[in-house]
Amino acid sequence: MLAEAVTLETKLSARNVHMTFTRDGKSTPVLNDVNVDVAKGEFLCIVGPSGCGKSTLLSAIGGFLAPTGGEVRIDGETVRGPDPRRIFVFQERGLFPWLTVEGNIEFGLFKLPKAERLSRIAHYIKMVGLAGFEKAYPAELSGGMKQRLEVARALAVKPDMLLLDEPFGALDSITRLIMRGELLRIWREERNTVIFVTHDIDEAVQLADRVAVMSGRPANIQKIVKIDIAHPRDISSPRYLELRNGILEQLGLAHQI
Amino acid sequence: MSHVVDSYYCRELPRSDNLTFMLYRLGGWVRPIAFIAFLLVAWQFAVSRGSTRLLPGPLETLGGIADLVRHGLLLKYITASLFRVTWGFVLAAVLAIPLGLFIGWHRRAEMAFNPLIQIFRPISPLAWIPIAILWFGVGDLSSVFLIFLSCFFPLLLTAINAVQRIPSVYVNAGRNFGLSEAGVVWRVLYPAVLPQLITGLRITLGVAWIVVVAAEMIAVNSGLGFLIVDARNAGNRYDLVVAGMAIIGMIGLLLDNGMRSLEQSKSLRWDYSEE
Repeated sequence: MLAEAVTLETKLSARNVHMTFTRDGKSTPVLNDVNVDVAKGEFLCIVGPSGCGKSTLLSAIGGFLAPTGGEVRIDGETVRGPDPRRIFVFQERGLFPWLTVEGNIEFGLFKLPKAERLSRIAHYIKMVGLAGFEKAYPAELSGGMKQRLEVARALAVKPDMLLLDEPFGALDSITRLIMRGELLRIWREERNTVIFVTHDIDEAVQLADRVAVMSGRPANIQKIVKIDIAHPRDISSPRYLELRNGILEQLGLAHQI
Repeated sequence: MSHVVDSYYCRELPRSDNLTFMLYRLGGWVRPIAFIAFLLVAWQFAVSRGSTRLLPGPLETLGGIADLVRHGLLLKYITASLFRVTWGFVLAAVLAIPLGLFIGWHRRAEMAFNPLIQIFRPISPLAWIPIAILWFGVGDLSSVFLIFLSCFFPLLLTAINAVQRIPSVYVNAGRNFGLSEAGVVWRVLYPAVLPQLITGLRITLGVAWIVVVAAEMIAVNSGLGFLIVDARNAGNRYDLVVAGMAIIGMIGLLLDNGMRSLEQSKSLRWDYSEE
């Protein structure tokens, strides 16, 4: 699916976002004038060196951290706190260990009538392939299953946006590849706007409509690379390698090893 | 898509209708009981051979227990001790847990309370005996107060730590799904701290039961602690002293087992480390 197929209505816009952390009287600038627009239904990946502030930017978008300068607007409204319309997916660590698979998915559905809750639970358990594990606790699931459960829990509240913070970082490489395919399939079904933070450049080029490349700290967005390859993507095609190398080059990492 | 079935399912033990499982359960009891029986026999043997009286033997102790039963004192004393422990423990839990959760949840409250808690905590409940007598006179109320003190600070600290140990992702996830502050407390904070609170309650109940002996040494006229002091003062009845000790030990074991069975409940058996 090409980026052109996406409607060009702006979902999110970050304007001059600055973030400075102050601890023990010392201030550390982390984000320095970040500007980015994300279209409705777009899949944006954010890549950058580790510790550069990718997660900080995502937390600001999610409303967990208030920027010290500038603002993040979603649907034209300034973000002032967390909101169920945009769900943050943690590295499989955000599941509630005291709730079963069903209980976790039901967690965010407390405002809905019982019948609607049950049908959503059933639907999303099936979508992420956890049928048969409804009564299992997270500790009884594998890493990949936990990650699928966390995505299901997020989708069940029908958010407009999913914010994923290195969601597959803790998985083994085979499970990670499977999960990327799963995420793309789900995204095509649900058409949420997705912002996906990763330090894995291949992951970004495989998934995204556009890749935002961040600089080292204090970070801003150096470049936004449009990935103009249709899904399913051939990861040995010349265009794929060209885009991937372009990003490596941008990060100053090409031809280094 | 393939599911990786966790080794959890392979670890499951055979069900209780299975003979192997019954034997397994039985095996768990046979060994400690056999060992205790062996020690009792050795003890009896050593006492009957020795000439000095350092300790009454198990048969004498049993005789002491029989004596207590005959005079209708055994049940009366056990009830009296359990009554004091229950009141002290329950009062401490009711006050310390909500206060601890509040302090743990609010950083500023913690900064205010922490020095005070650290000063009070190392003071042994026994040091409070004179104050207890001054405030409540000699009697039940003083004993309950001492047990209350021995439970209050450990439970307060357990509750504070339990809240502070909650990973922030849980609280953030709760807020993200649109929970109010009260919703976060009820649906995230409370279930997240429950396993630690129950472990804390179990350990503290053990402490309370230890303290009951000292608490009953201040001029109450019933209870297992009273029994021990009274038996010595009123004619060196060491058979009754050891009988009292044995009964305290056995009731302590039963209390601990009771609390442990609470911990085994499935929805509480998770821990952060399992992830």
